[in-house]
This record gives sequence, C-alpha cells and structure tokens, in this order.
Amino acid sequence: MAYDSIVCVKQVPDTANITAEAMKEDGTVNRAALPTIFNPEDLHALETALEVRDQYGGTVTVITMGPPKAADVLRDCLFRGADRAILLTDRKAAASDTLATSYILGQAIRTIGRYDLVFCGRQAIDGDTAQVGPQCAEKLGIPQVTYLEQFVSIHDRVARIRRNIGHGWEIVDVKLPAMITVIETANKPRPQAAKRVMKMKSARVPAEVAAEVKAAMPDASEEQLAAETKCRVDALKAAGLLIEQWDLAAINADLERCGLSGSPTKVHRIQAIVLTKEGYTDIPANETGIRQLVHELVVDRTWG
Amino acid sequence: MANFFLDNEDIQFLFKHIDLGELARIQEDDFIHTANANGDDYGPKNAADAVDNYRRILEIVGEVAAEVVAPNAEQVDNEGNTLNDDGTVTLHPLVQENLRRLTQADMMGFTLPRKYGGLNCPNLVYTMATEMISRADTSLMNMFGLQGIAETINAFANDEIKAEVLPKFSNGDVTGAMVLTEPDAGSDLQAVRLRAFQDDQGNWYLNGVKRFITNGCGEILLVLARSEPEISDGRGLSLFLAERSERVKVRHLEHKLGIHGSPTCELVFDNTPCLLIGERQRGLITYVMALMNGARVGIAAQSLGVAEAAYRLARTYAHTRCQFGGPIERLPAVAELVTNMKIDVEAGRALTYETSRVCDHENNNLRVLELGPPLEKEEEKRRKQLSRSLKRINGMLTPMSKYYCSEMSNRVAYDAIQVLGGSGYMKDYAAERYARDARITTIYEGTSQLQCVAAVRGVTSGSLDNWVVDHEAKTYDDPMLEGLKQKLIVARGQLNEAVAFVKTKPSSYLDLSGRRLVDTAIDILIGHLFLGQGAADDRKKRVARRFIERQLPVMKMNLEQILSGDMAAMEEYALIAGPVPAAG
Repeated sequence: MAYDSIVCVKQVPDTANITAEAMKEDGTVNRAALPTIFNPEDLHALETALEVRDQYGGTVTVITMGPPKAADVLRDCLFRGADRAILLTDRKAAASDTLATSYILGQAIRTIGRYDLVFCGRQAIDGDTAQVGPQCAEKLGIPQVTYLEQFVSIHDRVARIRRNIGHGWEIVDVKLPAMITVIETANKPRPQAAKRVMKMKSARVPAEVAAEVKAAMPDASEEQLAAETKCRVDALKAAGLLIEQWDLAAINADLERCGLSGSPTKVHRIQAIVLTKEGYTDIPANETGIRQLVHELVVDRTWG
Repeated sequence: MANFFLDNEDIQFLFKHIDLGELARIQEDDFIHTANANGDDYGPKNAADAVDNYRRILEIVGEVAAEVVAPNAEQVDNEGNTLNDDGTVTLHPLVQENLRRLTQADMMGFTLPRKYGGLNCPNLVYTMATEMISRADTSLMNMFGLQGIAETINAFANDEIKAEVLPKFSNGDVTGAMVLTEPDAGSDLQAVRLRAFQDDQGNWYLNGVKRFITNGCGEILLVLARSEPEISDGRGLSLFLAERSERVKVRHLEHKLGIHGSPTCELVFDNTPCLLIGERQRGLITYVMALMNGARVGIAAQSLGVAEAAYRLARTYAHTRCQFGGPIERLPAVAELVTNMKIDVEAGRALTYETSRVCDHENNNLRVLELGPPLEKEEEKRRKQLSRSLKRINGMLTPMSKYYCSEMSNRVAYDAIQVLGGSGYMKDYAAERYARDARITTIYEGTSQLQCVAAVRGVTSGSLDNWVVDHEAKTYDDPMLEGLKQKLIVARGQLNEAVAFVKTKPSSYLDLSGRRLVDTAIDILIGHLFLGQGAADDRKKRVARRFIERQLPVMKMNLEQILSGDMAAMEEYALIAGPVPAAG
C-alpha cells in the first residue's frame, strides 16, 4: 500500500549565526543581513516522509510559502529525493502570522488534493511558535500528532507514531489522513544525491526566471522581457525542470484571511535585549559546593 | 553544518588553482555528446557546468564526512567488525550506516561512466573526496577508496560483465576487494599460487588461500590466480572475478594496530566459480599493475586525510593548551612542529593532486586510443607518443606520492601526539588513533621501499627532467619566487651529478641510494609546485619559501651521502647487524 505525503518546509534566517547587522535600528529583523537556511526541523520532516515512501511506496510533495528565493529549499528537497515541489508566493501573503500562514498552507494542501500524511517540522527557528503545523491540521479538519520521534508503522490506514512527551515518550495510533510534526531527534536527514543535483540544479520557479531575464537584459522592454521569460519557462518545463509556482488565486484563498488582514497577532512591543556578562560564581569542586549549587537551582526554580 | 570541503582552504584553493575545466573537457570528450546520448540525464553541458558539478559533489562528500562519518569513527575503532561462524563478516553497524549514507549521496560510482550509473568524475576529484573521507575515518577510506576495482572491471572486462556488475557498484549494492596477497606472496606477487582451472565446458574455478585481503568479505572479488601452472612467474597469472558465495569463506579476521573499521580477511576458495577478466596471462603484468597504480594514489589521499586530521587536532591543542603562562604554540619548539606539519600536509597534497591530474590525462588519452572511434594517422601517432610520455611520468609520480604522503602522515600523526603530550598518548584524544591508522599506509599497496624502487627509475631515466623542464622555464614576477626557482635549478643539477655517480657503481648501489635520490627529486618537484601556487596566493608564497629553504640543506645532505659511495649496509652487513638472535 502506497502513501502520499506532503511536507511543509520553510526557508529561515540562520539564527545560529547572527552578526551585528542582524537587527535594524527599530529592533526588527534585518532579513537581508542574515544568511538563509533550510529550517532544521523541516529537514527531519522531509526525511520522515522519504523514509515512509522508501518503505511503503507513494510520493512526497513539498510546499513552501515565501519569496522566490525560497525556491532554494525546494531545490534542496528535490536533491534529497522529493518527487514534486511547489512554491506559494504572493505579495498579498506578506506579513502573515501563524493563523494566516496555516490558512494559506491549508488551502494549498486542499488544492493538491489527495494526500495521506502531512509532515511539518515542529517549529521554525525564526519564530519558534510551533503553531503552524497544528493550526494547519485544524484548518484541514484532520487529526494531528506532534513531536514525532519515530515513525513506527502503518497498518490499515492507521499510523503508529512514537512521540516525545518531554519526560519520555508515548505511542499513539492515528487514522489517516493526519498531520504530523517532527522533532530533530527523529532521524538523520539523508544527504543530497549527487545525480539528482547534477540533473536538477537548474530547476527554477517562473519568478526566478523572470528575475534572471531582467538581470541579463537590462535595456529590454517589458514585452521583450515577457517573451524571453516565457521562452525560458517553456524550455524548463519541457526539460521537467520547472518548479511549480502558485499564488493565492491558484489556491482559492480568501484574501481577507491572508497577509496582514488575516493576522490577528499584533506586535505590542519590540525589545532589544543585549546580553552582557555579569560575573560568575565559582563553585568549589567538592560536596559542599555541589550541594550549594543544587540548593540555588531549586530556590530559583531552575530545578523542580 | 560541519563540512570537510568548505572548512579546508587548501583543498578549495587547489580546486581553483588546478585547471579542472581542462580535466572536464578531456573527461567528457569536449562535450560532443548531446544530452541523454548515454541514456542518462545528468551529464554536464560544458566545462563550467562540469566544474560546478564537481564542486557540488565535493560539498556533499564534505558534509557526509563531517556530519556522519567523523562522529562514528571512535566507536568503529573501538568495536571493529565481526566474523560469523559461517565464514561471513558482519560490518559494524556504523560502518554500514556510513556506506548507506554514501550510497544515498550517489558516491559509490564516483569515476564510473554515467551509462553504468556513475558520476564520471576525474580522478583528481575522486582523490579530493577520498582525502576528506579518510580525514573523517581513515578506515572507511578502505571501502570508499576501493572504487578502483570497479574501474579495473570497466577498463578490462567484457561488456557483458561490465553491464552486469558495474551498476551494482554505483547503486551501492556491492563492494569489492582486490584479492592479491597470499601467505608467501606479499611484495612479490609473482609468487602467487592460488590455482585457477577450467572444467570441460570451459568454466573457471578457484582453489586456494588468500591473506590480508582488505574488505575480503565484499561481494565482488577480483582475484589474481595462477591459470598456467607450467609458468612459474608473473606471466602465469590471470585476473578473475568471483562473487561472494558459500564457496568462498572468510576463515580469519585480522586483529590490527589500526584501521579497525576495515575488515582484513583471510579467504579460502573452494572450487569457487569465477569469470576471466580480459585475457589470460595479463593478470599481473597488465591489469593488477593498472589497478595498483590507481590504488597507490588512493593511499596517498588516505594518508593526506589522516595527516590533515592530526594536524588540525595539534593546531587546536597548541592554541588552547596553556603552560608557562600562555598557549604552548608560543614556544618555539611547538611552533616549529605545527608549522612543519602544516607545510608537509600541503606539500603532500600538491604532489598527490598533480599526480592525479597527470593520471587523468593518461587515462583519458588511453580511453580515446583504445575505446574511441578510429583516429587520423597523425592524431593517433601524437596520442600514442603522448601516452608513452604520460605513462613514464606517472610511473614516477604515483610511487612518489604514495611514498611521500604515507611517510609524511606517520610523521605528522606522531608529532601530533607530541604536541598533545601526555594527553596525546591517552585514548581521550584521537591523536593515538590517527597514529595507529596512519601506520599501515607505508606498508600496504607496496611498501615505501618498493615505491622508491619504482620511483627512482624515473629520476635516473629522465622523467624527472621532462616534468621539471616546463616548470623551470616559467618566470615569476616576484623576485623571491624567481630566486627560489634558481636554487631549485641548481639542486637539480646536483641531483643529476649524483645520478651520474651512482651509474658508475654496481647496481646494488642504486638500490641503496634510491630513497635519497627520490627524496631529493620529490623536494624539487614539490618546490616547483609550491612556486606555482605562490604566484597565485601570498600565503602560499611564504609556504613555498619555508619549504624550499628548509629542504635545501636536506637535499645537500642526501646528495653528499650518495657521493660518499658508502656500501657498508651491504658489504659489512653481517658484522654491523650482528649475529642472528637465538630463538626464544
């Protein structure tokens, strides 16, 4: 029995390698100054989907919402083995909070149509909310299992999943279709496959092609640009190297529920916190020292 | 994410410095094949496309090496592989995991043509990849680096065998072993006794024992066997392909000083069915020699990898370990150890990559001559001449690389322990593992002594001069580089005087002086390679200067010893070596 999976992935700023330019004067994130990476836990979600496909057959489709540059993570997915990739990009989707994002992703998943499993990383390292996966399940009206650390099996359209519950784990059964969020300890993502890289490195979304054409023909008229873009897009399509690009109209999204208007989250205040070193406590390496340390940790509620 | 390609400035420098576009052009026949001509859809369109592929491939290898292989290495070293009662071997689970990841990354058909599912990479790119894998786990290189077996099958087996076996290598379904050594046939492979015989239908079978076989538990065994019992030397040997079956058993798994992840097997062949590769009687003299040449470059790359790992550990430790009120790298003796390690690693890399580059020219030229469409007479003549010249130069560079890098890796690994002091001697750090893993490299695929025998021929017969002449003709804008070049020119003149002196002596004196001649020749070669690098990079200029100035007195010492004509090691052997110790 084969199962079709959809994996939601995100391109994020590399928050582990922050430089001094990472924040603008007003305290908001300066995305231009940060290198972008594949959201780490999404890679584990992709790996889980690929392992399900390896074992049971089926397909893996990846979707991401973002600017045209986000096609980078889609190419990465294709290199690692995804069958199909879709970029959701639309200026009207900008400034979406988790509610609007999960609505848009839900609409995209409905548009894809048939699916058995939806995988997401637990959370993205830029927002750390862990809300999009679960909200998306609600939008789709399907059950959800969060914190997957092992995909145990599927029998009779029931998936058995081991999920991390903080102090240990539990095993749950869930009827398909279901939404599952994956944590980092679930697996080790497979490397990119060299032959797929060689074959698909020139895969592009139409928006990237348009930007490339514009850069290559700075003096051309709008018509010339459009004609050249169409020509290149058709060539990519014929070679099977065109990555699908959808806008909000393509997924029948209610614009009121997208972008700023669909986002009830209001930023109350942004605080710039600069961590400074504040001295340290020398703990003597003996029983008294350790006892004192434990006592302090209990008192300030770090423990217990 | 950690990446052994992206964190290695020297490999990346050489990736740009060496003309990979040129190698791509000869590897891909000038891109005359239209896409999909070979039934594949991932071939490069032009040189830039191919070089971009090479870079991407090396980035993937670098990531797998750093993220998967390196973290597994300590446990693999501690636990090793397992011999089962039924004569099979179970690889350590983490070794299996390493191989699975490399297979997922499409890295097991690295140099094979695309029609067999390979990446069709030049040897130089494979050498870079081998080095990175070895840095992560020296013993895994013995599995990853055995792709020369598939290459040998590709070069010499018939189309039927190739179509059957080669895709299995690319897919990672099988690994191979080169099954040469026997209890009484080590360095002297002409003494191989394992019998190959035919039944009435002409099917071949193998009978006998092989020893010290790296990955002898692999699925595809290339076996050197005596097919002509009446001929007792190398001309009586042929090469056979046997598949793993119940008719070939692993009798013993060796307990070794190092490379514990690599299973070293004693194999018993019991009427094992096999297929003849190529023609009878060419087993040793043609096929195994070709196989060994590739394998020797592989060992040079393996040596580079372990040396790089050891250097990095020592460099970090010297920077962080404080004694006498500061980091120990401020102590002159430690600073000299660390800079020597770094220079020597880069020296070995310069020599090995140059060797790989020349190998690519030789292999591709041969491929065009032997497998390509008929050539015009003039072109054929030109290529045949080129072939002879490249073969001679490679016959010198390959043993030089293997010899230099293996000896260098042992020196560097030992010095790394020294830099770490007492901590280096303990199992807490990887330094002792690097030293154990490096130790085999001067022994297998031909000992250092045999490499010198092979390399010295090139030094005395003009191959060195042929290679050097282009480099001596270069002019450098920088007066320092130009001055260093003049010193190397003088050194070559002195080397040739020593060669002339040796030729007036009995032939055993050539063997006695071989290492000193080869050492000097290698210093001159690497000196020129460093000058070329120095012209492109300021730091390399300093490396070139330090290397050449450091080696000039060493060259002088070697040549003086040769000119002394001292034969004591031979003539006064019994006297100086003393009596053979009594048994017990």
